[in-house]
Amino acid sequence: MLAVEAVDLVKDFNETRAVDGVSLAVPTGTIYGLLGPNGAGKTTTLRMLLGIIDPSSGTRCVLGRDRPLDAAPEIGYLPEERGLYPAMHARDAIAFMGALRGLPIAEGRRRADALLDEHGLGDWSKKSIRTLSKGMAQIVQLLGTIIHKPRLIVLDEPFAGLDAINQGKLEELIRREARGGVTVIFSTHVIAHAERLCEEIAIIAKGKVAFDGRVDEARSRLRPIVRLRTRASDGPWRSAIPATARREGHDLVFELPEGGPEPLLKALIDGGAGIETLAIERPGLHDAFVAIAGARTAEAMGQEKPQ
Amino acid sequence: MMRFIRSAWVIARRDFTATVLSKAFIFFLLGPLFPLLFGGVFAGIGTNVASQAKRPVVAVIAPKAEFDRLQAARGRLAQAVGEDPLVELVNYPPEPDLSAQQKRLLATRQPPVRAVLSGGLDRPKLVGALAADPGTAGQLQLLVAAARTSDSAEPELEVTNVAASSGTIVRDRALTGQIAQVILFLLTLMLSTMVLSQLIEEKSNKVIEIIAAAIPIDAMFVGKLFAMLAASVLGLVVWISAGALFIQLIKTGGVATLPVPAVGWPVFLALGVVYFAMNYLLFGAAFLMIGAQASTAREVQTMSMPVTFGQVLIFGFASTVVGSLGSAKAIAASVFPLSSPMAMLARAAQDGAIWPHVVAILWQALWVALILRVGAQLFRKTVLKSGPRRPWWKLSRA
Repeated sequence: MLAVEAVDLVKDFNETRAVDGVSLAVPTGTIYGLLGPNGAGKTTTLRMLLGIIDPSSGTRCVLGRDRPLDAAPEIGYLPEERGLYPAMHARDAIAFMGALRGLPIAEGRRRADALLDEHGLGDWSKKSIRTLSKGMAQIVQLLGTIIHKPRLIVLDEPFAGLDAINQGKLEELIRREARGGVTVIFSTHVIAHAERLCEEIAIIAKGKVAFDGRVDEARSRLRPIVRLRTRASDGPWRSAIPATARREGHDLVFELPEGGPEPLLKALIDGGAGIETLAIERPGLHDAFVAIAGARTAEAMGQEKPQ
Repeated sequence: MMRFIRSAWVIARRDFTATVLSKAFIFFLLGPLFPLLFGGVFAGIGTNVASQAKRPVVAVIAPKAEFDRLQAARGRLAQAVGEDPLVELVNYPPEPDLSAQQKRLLATRQPPVRAVLSGGLDRPKLVGALAADPGTAGQLQLLVAAARTSDSAEPELEVTNVAASSGTIVRDRALTGQIAQVILFLLTLMLSTMVLSQLIEEKSNKVIEIIAAAIPIDAMFVGKLFAMLAASVLGLVVWISAGALFIQLIKTGGVATLPVPAVGWPVFLALGVVYFAMNYLLFGAAFLMIGAQASTAREVQTMSMPVTFGQVLIFGFASTVVGSLGSAKAIAASVFPLSSPMAMLARAAQDGAIWPHVVAILWQALWVALILRVGAQLFRKTVLKSGPRRPWWKLSRA
């Protein structure tokens, strides 16, 4: 069953096409990542899915409803540009966000106090937002996103601006929500977050979906990588090495040939390579991303490393 | 529908609380004091200047006995028309050189003499700067004529007073309507800037994205509008409660002396409340729509002046109803949505029919809904998107 389904979404802003025929299928209960560099069309896609803006063409179905706003009480949304009323108390800000989604204000305050306590911000419950640090305010907004116990959580660049510790907390929160059966969609330009969290991803570049499916599928598009170190620098064994092999320090790095590891090993041994080390590595999501979206797009994403 | 109302209520409650508990609301409550203060100061100055400028002094060169006859005639005229429009007379005994005396008196500043009357009652001669003031010469003609006839007895005229005549009712009810219109206009005028800047907070705090993802934009507009209405009603209650001057006016007869409106006071006051709400909602919805296009407080300030001018123009248009109910302009002012509440309140003062008000209120409510709907759509199309703005005339392309 799909929590979100989008078919051929297009969004034009005057003469600029921001999203160009995006189709997505997000299964219920999964953590789904939208990957792509800044300006790829991730935020516009999310805003269309949420009904903030209407697509120029295409359809979307969110939690079984064609009009996303009809499903709003069951959705939690953390926008890329964080927004809170500075004069509001932390608990009131969370309760207000719940009230927007149909949660009674008194119940919202009660839940807000509990959530703030749980996240170590209990003492800040009745302090105004302007007195909170940026990180604290982000946590408050995140709690406001889940206060009404939504079935679908949409997070736009949720890790931006958070330190490593809070990024870890957020990852744990996302996993916990998913374990409870909640569908989580988040956009990011940091591949490591998607690699750690997501079961399914969509890679978006220049307004189009370059890949949509399981992370394993993305990886399986690449052949495993062989990393080989030998005592002999030359010999008959070299004929078993693909011409595309590159040297990284003392290692030779190349894709595992079609025949698999056994014929390769036999050729190396018979050819007198004198194997010192040999590792067959599964390609990472980053490699898959480069292969799918292109090296330039990967460069545009900053190629940020896992924290 | 219930969700729409609940969403609007969430926004209204937040906005009302934020407005009423803000320091700026204190200034809002103090707002009416400033025009009253300025009005008082300038009225005082104006009265002072007017009393000095409108009471010309005429120097009368005549023996005391003749002057007394002239002064007595002036006294009789003052009883009929009041002191204000009459010239002041000051007596100077004749001197041998009349011409020199005239010149000296015309040059004197204490008192500032406008003209000199000489030649006695038989051959009166008036000299002065009277080209722009024919009234002074006319008054003196009357005074001299009255003084010549020493008969001080006034002709008999039997006067019987009735409560009202058609002439006075029409005039006085028009006055009631005009006062009601002015009050309605001033109350709405104060709110325009507040409403214009309503969405700035959400835009600058980026909360708008969260709200737009959770509830219909129409509900947000309605919530904001009613929150401001509630805040202004609260302000109104405070002003009236604290308005000792207002109460004093009622007690001493200022307001109490206003003629009974054609629909009667209870209905008129009820209609006043309804038309205040409709006037506020109509202007508020329009201002909210205009203000929603602004992204900074500076832009709101730029918009404020033309908007205020627009309000004044509409007030002027609505005032055509006063005294000329059946005219084409008056009917147009009653039909045009933005002038309709003010025009209809003036109509209530002058015409007893109730059904036009029922129709007008429904008509105005329809326009409130329409303006809000268009405003919300305009907001969605032109503001709530990450791309560049599209001019309003291209909305249909989206």
